[in-house]
Amino acid sequence: MSVKTSSFDKLNPEQLLKVRQIIKKHQGEDGALIPILRDIQEELGYLPRDAQVEVAQKLNIPLSEVYSVITFYALFSLKPKGKYHINVCKGTACYVRGAEGILEKLKDVLGIGPGDTTDDGLFSIDVIRCLGACGLGPVITINDETYARLKPDNIPGIIARYTDVGTKDYEERPVQEKVNV
Amino acid sequence: MISLNINNQKVKVEEGATILEAAEKAGIKIPTLCYLKEINKVGACRMCVVEVEGAKTLQAACVTPAAEGMVVKTNTPFVRKARKKILELILSDHPFECLTCVRNGNCELQTLAENLGIREVGYQGEKTESYIDTSTPSIVRDPNKCILCRRCVSVCNEIQNVGILFPNERGFNTFIGPAYGALLADEPCSLCGQCVLACPTGALHEHEDIDRVWKAIEDPNKHVVVQTAPAIRVTLGEALGLPPGSIVVGQMVAALRRLGFDKVFDTDFAADLTIMEEGHEFLDRLKNGGKLPLITSCSPGWIKFCEHHYPEFLENLSTCKSPQQMFGALAKTYYAHKNRIDPKNMFVVSIMPCTAKKFECQRPEMVDSEYLDVDVSLTTRELAKMIKQAGINFDTLESEEYDAPLGISTGAGAIFGATGGVMEAALRTVYEVVTGEELKSLDFIDVRGLKGVKEAQVELPGITVKVAVAHGLSNAREVLEAVKRGEADYHFIEIMACPGGCIGGGGQPIPTNTEIRERRIKAIYEVDKGMKLRKSHENPAIKRLYQEFLGAPLQEKSHHLLHTCYAPRGKYTKS
Ligand code: SF4
Ligand code: SF4
Ligand code: SF4
Ligand code: FES
Ligand code: FES
Repeated sequence: MSVKTSSFDKLNPEQLLKVRQIIKKHQGEDGALIPILRDIQEELGYLPRDAQVEVAQKLNIPLSEVYSVITFYALFSLKPKGKYHINVCKGTACYVRGAEGILEKLKDVLGIGPGDTTDDGLFSIDVIRCLGACGLGPVITINDETYARLKPDNIPGIIARYTDVGTKDYEERPVQEKVNV
Repeated sequence: MISLNINNQKVKVEEGATILEAAEKAGIKIPTLCYLKEINKVGACRMCVVEVEGAKTLQAACVTPAAEGMVVKTNTPFVRKARKKILELILSDHPFECLTCVRNGNCELQTLAENLGIREVGYQGEKTESYIDTSTPSIVRDPNKCILCRRCVSVCNEIQNVGILFPNERGFNTFIGPAYGALLADEPCSLCGQCVLACPTGALHEHEDIDRVWKAIEDPNKHVVVQTAPAIRVTLGEALGLPPGSIVVGQMVAALRRLGFDKVFDTDFAADLTIMEEGHEFLDRLKNGGKLPLITSCSPGWIKFCEHHYPEFLENLSTCKSPQQMFGALAKTYYAHKNRIDPKNMFVVSIMPCTAKKFECQRPEMVDSEYLDVDVSLTTRELAKMIKQAGINFDTLESEEYDAPLGISTGAGAIFGATGGVMEAALRTVYEVVTGEELKSLDFIDVRGLKGVKEAQVELPGITVKVAVAHGLSNAREVLEAVKRGEADYHFIEIMACPGGCIGGGGQPIPTNTEIRERRIKAIYEVDKGMKLRKSHENPAIKRLYQEFLGAPLQEKSHHLLHTCYAPRGKYTKS
């Protein structure tokens, strides 16, 4: 636990308008908080601090209450998914083949844990149960790509290729670990 | 009534009572941790498990209702073993810092570990590692010592209705605190410290300033004076092992002298002065169409709450500083001058029932004497610690008297310590000033006691004055909302941030609960009854202060030294 704030806290005017419309739609309903948060999450993909303040203000409840609810339910997130979203499989098969080590290495390299997004907005990590490629574990996906039979040592190389995007086009580069399932 | 059987003892209780309450009635103690009478009943810690005949698992006594014919066992080997396991699990994520912890000797977790006979902790778990929040001058939050009991959450939300502390995240990552784990200094927190009173451990405590006071006392160039708030004289004894409601005025004064303070003065003096200023302010607003209702301003927790959450009422606040600050401003001007002391060498300490007072004395505007008006504000608990550190045997001290002139006071000053007291003191003076007649009875019973919102009416020539008294911030909210809706036409409202008023302040001895509050309040009114003078305007030292120095209430000098202003602080402060 630490004090976390970031560029993901702000709303642009267009988003603010959307948020206000959503609140208006549910205001007055019993237990309006969760439906409102759900709709905002759906609309923006996450719940920026500014949106939380807006909700708190309109429902006349403390910001701390809004935040408490958001962080309790896994379906809400405080940050948008990264440009490259990483799913780490921790299903049984992957787990016994060392998924934990892969996740640790990812945390190490990116400095974030599951459910979090790097400050530059490039990467996010989630843990999921079984990608349906059990024979190839441990498995991760990054956007549409699947990486199989991983060892922790493979991780820095894989991540480096995405962080280099912009200088060289990732798509055109040779890929060894890419596996089509 | 239902009857049940606990440890082979027959017990009769009201329907709806829990097993815990039934056991209590039978004189059987069940250990608890997250449970806090009247406040927190969440069944989170499972410390209170008991065997119930016919139930498959152990039941949490604090949330399980007693039922007709129930057979309960609270002290079987199985129960004892389970409780020990549960406590060991809690302790496996707890720093073992009892020797250096502020709650050493007054910690529920520590006591439980002792009572349950914990000698080692078998589990080796991951330990919470968190920053310690020392961002405010009032309250320290140390989540490393938090056992997630949620007592503070219930107090902050239900009793105070401020909404700062909530449980966040899930599982091992769960933490109790403000949104985003933000610092209290960045939150719309009143700093009332009610959460500190509720916390069973050292996870929430006052910012300790004892060493700064020792340092000033030891400095031969410093003239160190101390003032004691009205409520301290009925609570300090408790922190030193006496029963709740013990009146210890004389011993307290004696102890302060032995600690090495050069003069021992009384905030009650400044409370009398507050009545003079605020009483006249009220009459002035009444006569000249000023902003009404006038709302009292002695409680810095209430003031900060108002600045954050009800900025629309800032003009209603009395411009009077609190007695603590009036005292400081006068000590470094009037008193210093009279005694030819360079205010630069003065050090003013106050003993307060309050954590918010620490914040108040550091507000940047509180320097009207050209110096920090009050240098350090200590809680009742901190003073008790100083007395222990100095090796003073409190019980055997002979009574001593306050020093003059800032130690001379009336019963009206004393009752500031209880909810309704400021209003009662003000009414005693306002009535006599306006009518020129002597009050037949000085006791305004309607504004006394622990009812959340109290109302009264007083007949003055040409007008029936309607007053209200609220204590605890959720009650304050209730009154303000009623005023906003136009449903309440009060002229004068007293608001105290803490339930019961200052006798229940966030700096008071732990535990503080309803029963203890009642006993402290009773003691306060006994102090009042025992005073020769019971009306602020009859205080000879106050009369002299006006003659020699201030002129009259609300005059230029008073305005400069004794009055202040307020500014909105925002409801959703930065994060
Ligand atoms: S909170 Fe209690 S148990 Fe924990 S270190 Fe402090 S005194 Fe010891
Ligand atoms: S000091 Fe008062 S307002 Fe602030 S967190 Fe504690 S209980 Fe809540
Ligand atoms: S801070 Fe104290 S009262 Fe609050 S949950 Fe933690 S241990 Fe309980
Ligand atoms: S367990 Fe990882 S793909 Fe099935
Ligand atoms: S005291 Fe009963 S569950 Fe905590």
